[in-house]
Amino acid sequence: MNLDISLYFTAPEIGLTISGLLLLLVAAFGGDKTARMVTILSVSALFGAVAYTTNLLVNPAFELGGEAWAGIYRMDAFGSFAKILIYIAAIGCLIVTPRFFEENGGYRPEYAIVVLFSAVGMALMVSAVNLMTLYMGLELMSLSSYVLASFSRSDNRSAEAGLKYFVLGALASGILLYGMSLVYGFTGSTSYLGIRLALQDGLSMGATFGIVFMLAGFAFKIAAVPFHMWTPDVYEGAPTPVTAFFSTAPKVAAVAILTRISLDTFGENVIVWQQIVIFAALASIVVGALGAIGQTNIKRLLAYSSINNVGFILIGLAAATPAGASAVLVYLTIYVAMSLGAFVAVMMLKDAQGSQIENIASMAGMVREKPLLAWCIFFLMLSLAGIPPLFGFYGKFVVFQAAVQADMIILAAIGIAASVIGAFYYLKVCKIIMFDEPAGEVGGESSMANWTILLICSLVISPLGWILTSPLIALANRAANFLFFVI
Amino acid sequence: MTDLGGIGVEHFIVVSAVLFVLGVLGIFLNRKNVIVILMAIELILLAVNLNLVAFSAFMGDLTGQVFAMLVLTVAAAEAAIGLAILVIYFRANGTIAVDDVNRMKG
Repeated sequence: MNLDISLYFTAPEIGLTISGLLLLLVAAFGGDKTARMVTILSVSALFGAVAYTTNLLVNPAFELGGEAWAGIYRMDAFGSFAKILIYIAAIGCLIVTPRFFEENGGYRPEYAIVVLFSAVGMALMVSAVNLMTLYMGLELMSLSSYVLASFSRSDNRSAEAGLKYFVLGALASGILLYGMSLVYGFTGSTSYLGIRLALQDGLSMGATFGIVFMLAGFAFKIAAVPFHMWTPDVYEGAPTPVTAFFSTAPKVAAVAILTRISLDTFGENVIVWQQIVIFAALASIVVGALGAIGQTNIKRLLAYSSINNVGFILIGLAAATPAGASAVLVYLTIYVAMSLGAFVAVMMLKDAQGSQIENIASMAGMVREKPLLAWCIFFLMLSLAGIPPLFGFYGKFVVFQAAVQADMIILAAIGIAASVIGAFYYLKVCKIIMFDEPAGEVGGESSMANWTILLICSLVISPLGWILTSPLIALANRAANFLFFVI
Repeated sequence: MTDLGGIGVEHFIVVSAVLFVLGVLGIFLNRKNVIVILMAIELILLAVNLNLVAFSAFMGDLTGQVFAMLVLTVAAAEAAIGLAILVIYFRANGTIAVDDVNRMKG
C-alpha cells in the first residue's frame, strides 16, 4: 500500500468529509442565520470534488485505475463516472433548496451538511471493493437520508415519511447484511476479488442464499418491485427538494453498486442473479406504469415513474454484457436530468400566496398562466415516457439494444409493450396542463436558481441533448469495461 | 478453535437464522408500537453479528470479527437516529402506535 497514492485517489471523499465537519462547526457556532452560507460553501466543496474526480477520470496516467488503502477502495472509470453523476445531482438539489425552505420555514444549516455526508457515503459505496467499505458507505448514505426525509419537523407528513423510510430502510440494510454474512461465511472473504475467485467453480447453497439476500437489500435501495412500497409515501411526505435528491443521487449510487456487485463480484455466477433481475425489471415496469394511473398527487405520480424507470435500467443489467452495463450508465445520466428537472418543476408550482401545489387537478390549463414552466413540464413528461426526438428516448433505446444483442428479445419486447402503458399517465399530465380548462390556481414567482436548474435539465433532455451522445457513450463504455476487467 | 463438544458452525447458523426470522416477523406482525420495531431491527443486526463471529471463529479468519465490530457501531448510530425520528413523529402526532402511521395511503 502506498500512502501517497491512496490519499491521491480518495482526496475528493476526504475533502468532502473535512469540509462537512468544518461546516458543522460553523453551523453549531453561527446558528440558523448561517444556513445560506453553509449551503453555498457545500456546493463549492461539491464542485471541487467534481473537478477533481473528472481529472481522475480523464487523466491518461490513471487509465487502468488503481487500488487504495490496501485493497478496500478502488479508483476506476466506473466509480468516477457514478461519482460525478452523484455530486452533480447533489449540487442541483442544494442549489434549489434555500428558496423552498425560506418560504416553507425551517431552513437550517444542517441540511446542506447532511447532503454532503450522504454524498460522501455514496461515493465510498460506488468505489468500494470490499463488503465492509460497501456497508459503511451504504449506511452513511441511508442514515443521512432518514434524517433528510424527516427534515420538516413541523410537518407531520414529513415525520411520517421519515419514520416509514427508517423502519423499512433499516430492515433492508439488515437483509443486505445477513446476505453479506452468508457470502463471507461460505467464501471466506469480504473482498470482491476473493469472493469472485471462491465462487469460480460453482457455489454452495449458503452462498446462493447470501446472493439472493444481498440482491433483495439492493432492490429495496433502488426501489425495484417487490421492494418498492415505501417509495410513494416517502416521496410524497418528504420536503420536495429532498424528494428531488432521493430520486437522483442515492438511486445512481444504488444502481451503480448493484451493477458492480452483480457483474464484478458475482460475474461468474450470472445464472443465479439474472432470473431475479429480469423478474424485478419486468415487475417494476408494470407496477410503476399501473400504479401511477390513479394518482392525484404529482409527487406520488413521479414516485411511480421512478419505479418504472428503475425497471428499464434493470433490463440493461439483466443483459449482463459490457453493452448492458454501459446502457445502465447512459440511462442513469439521462434519468438524473429528467428526474431532477421534474421535481424542480414541481417545486416551482405555487399558488398566488406562494404555497406549494401538489394536486394534479390544480395544474389544469397552467400553460396560460405559466407558459414556460408548463412547456418544460410537458417536455420532461414526454422525455420520461421515452418519446423521440427527446433525449429520454435514447436511454430506452440503448437499454433495449443491449437486451436484444444479448439474445433477450422476449424481455425487450415485453419491456417495450409495458412502456406504452406507462406513456398513458405521462400523456395524461401533458393533456391536463396543456388543454384542460384553466383552474387558475398556479401563480407566484420562482427564484432564479430554480429557473436555472430547470432550464439546464430541460436543455439536456431536449433534442439538443443528442450532441452529448458520442462523448457520453464513449465514457460509459470505458466505465463499463472495468466491470469485465478480470485481474 | 477449542473443542465445543460437537457443536459445529451449522448450529450457529441455525440459531442466527432463527433470530433473523424473529426479527423480520417482529417488524411485520407487530401492530402495537414503533419501539418494538426498533427492537426487532436490533435483533436482525445481532443475528448478523452472531453469523459473522461464528464464521470468523470457525475459519480462523479475523475479518469477520472486525466486520462485527463495524456492525455494532453502525447499529448504535442507527438506533440513535431511529429514536430521534420517533421523537419528531411523536411531537407531530402525539402517538407512536403502528396503526396510526397512515396519514398517506399505502
